[in-house]
Amino acid sequence: MKLIYEKSQAGRRASSLPRPDVPAVEVPEELRRAYPPRLPEVAEPEIVRHFTELSSRTFGIDTGFYPLGSCTMKHNPRVGERVVNLPGFRDLHPHQEDEGAQGALELMWRLQEILAEVAGLDAVSLQPAAGSQGELTGLMLMRAYFADRGEERDTVITADTAHGTNPASVTMAGYRLQRVGTDARGNLDLEDLRAKVDGRTAGLMLTNPSTLGLFDEHIAEVAEIFHGAGALLYYDGANLNAVCGISRPGDMGFDIVHYNLHKTFSQPHGGGGPGGGPVAVRERLEPFLPTPTVARDGDRYRLHYDRPRSIGRVRGFGGPFGVFVRAYAFIRLYGPGLREMSETAVLNANYLLARLREAYELPYERLCMHEFVLSARRLKREHGVTALDVAKRLMDYGFHPPTIYFPLVVPEALMVEPTETEAKETLDAFVEAMLAIAREARESPELLKAAPHGRPVGRLDEVKAARRVVVKYGFEEHPDLSAEPIPTPRALEAQKGA
Amino acid sequence: MSFLSVTEADREAMLATIGVGSVEELFADIPQGLRLDRDLALEPALSEPELVAHLEELAGRNSHTGSELSFLGAGIYDHYVPAVVDAVLQRGEFLTAYTPYQPELSQGILQAIFEYQTAICELTAMDVSNASGYDGATVAADACYVAKHVTGRQRVVVTEATNPQVRQVVKTYAPGFGLEVVEVPHRGGTTDPDEVRTAAEGAACVIFQQPNFFGCLEPAPDLAAAAAEADALPVAHVDLISLGVLEAPGNYGCALAIGEGQGAGNYQSYGGPHYGFLAAKSELTRRLPGRIIGETTDAAGERGYVLTLQTREQHIRREKATSNMTTNQTLLALAGLVHLSWLGPQGLRELGETCMALAAYAKERLALPLLFPERATFKEFAVRVGRSGPEAIRAARAQGVHPGYALGRDYTGLDDSLLVAVTERRTRADIDRLAEVLGA
Repeated sequence: MKLIYEKSQAGRRASSLPRPDVPAVEVPEELRRAYPPRLPEVAEPEIVRHFTELSSRTFGIDTGFYPLGSCTMKHNPRVGERVVNLPGFRDLHPHQEDEGAQGALELMWRLQEILAEVAGLDAVSLQPAAGSQGELTGLMLMRAYFADRGEERDTVITADTAHGTNPASVTMAGYRLQRVGTDARGNLDLEDLRAKVDGRTAGLMLTNPSTLGLFDEHIAEVAEIFHGAGALLYYDGANLNAVCGISRPGDMGFDIVHYNLHKTFSQPHGGGGPGGGPVAVRERLEPFLPTPTVARDGDRYRLHYDRPRSIGRVRGFGGPFGVFVRAYAFIRLYGPGLREMSETAVLNANYLLARLREAYELPYERLCMHEFVLSARRLKREHGVTALDVAKRLMDYGFHPPTIYFPLVVPEALMVEPTETEAKETLDAFVEAMLAIAREARESPELLKAAPHGRPVGRLDEVKAARRVVVKYGFEEHPDLSAEPIPTPRALEAQKGA
Repeated sequence: MSFLSVTEADREAMLATIGVGSVEELFADIPQGLRLDRDLALEPALSEPELVAHLEELAGRNSHTGSELSFLGAGIYDHYVPAVVDAVLQRGEFLTAYTPYQPELSQGILQAIFEYQTAICELTAMDVSNASGYDGATVAADACYVAKHVTGRQRVVVTEATNPQVRQVVKTYAPGFGLEVVEVPHRGGTTDPDEVRTAAEGAACVIFQQPNFFGCLEPAPDLAAAAAEADALPVAHVDLISLGVLEAPGNYGCALAIGEGQGAGNYQSYGGPHYGFLAAKSELTRRLPGRIIGETTDAAGERGYVLTLQTREQHIRREKATSNMTTNQTLLALAGLVHLSWLGPQGLRELGETCMALAAYAKERLALPLLFPERATFKEFAVRVGRSGPEAIRAARAQGVHPGYALGRDYTGLDDSLLVAVTERRTRADIDRLAEVLGA
């Protein structure tokens, strides 16, 4: 398919703009643009067709089942799109005076209160733009907290099952990373932990349930170990969809929590974003929260900046407001029934697990929470078929593949998260496809190796893309990569998803 | 619940397959003492019509740019969002997809981001753009992280005439990065290249804004040269909408171009979600944060697009990654691409000229003392209103006009000054009305 730049014809345009009756003004010559940017020159019909065709080459939840583990690809209620486009929200300037933004501020205040209740903690900042920024914010809060107490602590501990964002955030926050292992039941290795936690430890970052989809059975002891050493516990909310209304991170002993509004509370993922990553904290960390938060005085709401020990601002304005509107709408449709959301997510995951555990290997023999991890290790050993091949073949059956090659502690990992919004028929169809693929792996492995079939492209050469870097259209000088010798395309057997 | 499809009969059958007697048993691994023994203390569920009524009521209590004549800017602007942007963003395939980890299922969104990267590179005259950052403030912190690693230096310079929120975010991130932040003051609304040259000695980068926060046109090529002389990376924070008329940062020596993308394709939305853009010269490619889409081929030689240079990223490189970023702002960046495609080069230039001409007319028409009378401006300018900014705003809002942003919020000594923004959505008559209200 052509790029929009390849459809461009000099002299075409889609835009019509006002030409007000005021004198023209010249840009000072030394600052004036010398050559125009080569934006597409296309009329509106071409724009609509172009992007409609691109959308038809994109798989979303609206297209089909999308069990991408740890990403919580649930249905996005369309009422969210309706309410976010109310002019009072959509066309509200972020510098509008508080008196002119009372409705927006009330919505944010209500969301803060709801999130505090869901986490079992005391105070919330809505500001972080995404989960990973929520993580970084949480670590900055740790830094500020210990600096305020005059304590020098330089180490943060993460699990070996952690999302890559955890260690990356640790480095960005200026901490040293220490890893703790996983025991035979998929919990944190308590002995390893006891040996590593000391007076230099600032805290733990943990996802619970973990990326294995398992609830840590010793979480109370884990919290004791850290709190006993004066350290803090950070809850990565990536998997909060398992436990809303069932068990609260604050009650588990966590001091700081980030939420993923785009996962648990159904902000559409938009092809990669936007997200929302609010953080909640225990009272003793509240003085350090980013500013502004929203405060209520009687029946008036205002942006609250007066927080002298705040870590400062982590993004512009009060946060991604449109994401708040959708998340708030989603939560209000459930009310306390959020518990049913999590129960159904866990039911769906366990049902899939029960039906797939024979055909694929299950590394930890337990019930799962909202997701589970299988291994294609046996298929690889016996038939040379990898997790990547299984993933690609699933596309032929009309499904988006699960997350693969993550978590790293499970070889040939397939991480499946069905979410609560899928019907039993869909889960059954997915099971049938997975079982058929396991059979095909034995009988006709080449079918899997050559998958997917009938897509706009076959398996793409990711190694070539990384070596021969073409990251924008080059117009007249655009290279013809198809003319360069192609060995077998190399798709990286590296983490895809989560 | 209307989003759940599991019936009572389904539940029974599923529990039987799992081999447990109740949903409760699925949570056996959660120690009893950690389970919530009550309902969440949330208000009762609303039906969809009740929810919409509730949110309409909340939205109705906000003064938006359709209900109030607004000259607010200061980083977020009331530019016209063409209908075709809404139409594309409503495509459920784009709306409900996630990061394109599986390229064969995601060629559409991958190609769209590749086209976005191309548009950003064309506008800024850079070689490589990432797939978006969170917003115009966080991309400045990203740029500092790049500069720290490239130069090995521990200080960054930001001009005081750069958006205060951008500076605040840089200062929040800096301690974790091991960076010290130095600010260079403005002199009469713009920055002195000689002062930048001195401050840039031993610095990793120099961040300046063009047009700057006051709306003034900086001597940008001189600022970039001053930074480069000290081997600090010159970083320009620019407005995409200005780049049809103002020179591109890559053409005057900048190593990185960053900014807030909102003006291209996004509604104001009380501050987000929007997108930040970050583009660089090719030598910085492997240090950049965030997703980058690259072109490649399949076995048949067919062209296709993939997430590339992933060894920079957190899911591969973990604690040694160039950033912790995963979720970005793809949908908002897509909106930017559609808006820019709608404008085309001619439209973008006309849009810049129109904003600039309207702003110039407003400067004349208001007949108030300009804060920086010597300086050329783009679509925004600062005026003295003869009383405190918040007071002037209150008085004007009582007459249905929001006259602009109170600069006293960020700058000492500017308590009597407002920053007035004029986009193509304001008319000559609107400006006359503003003059009337502020003159009163």
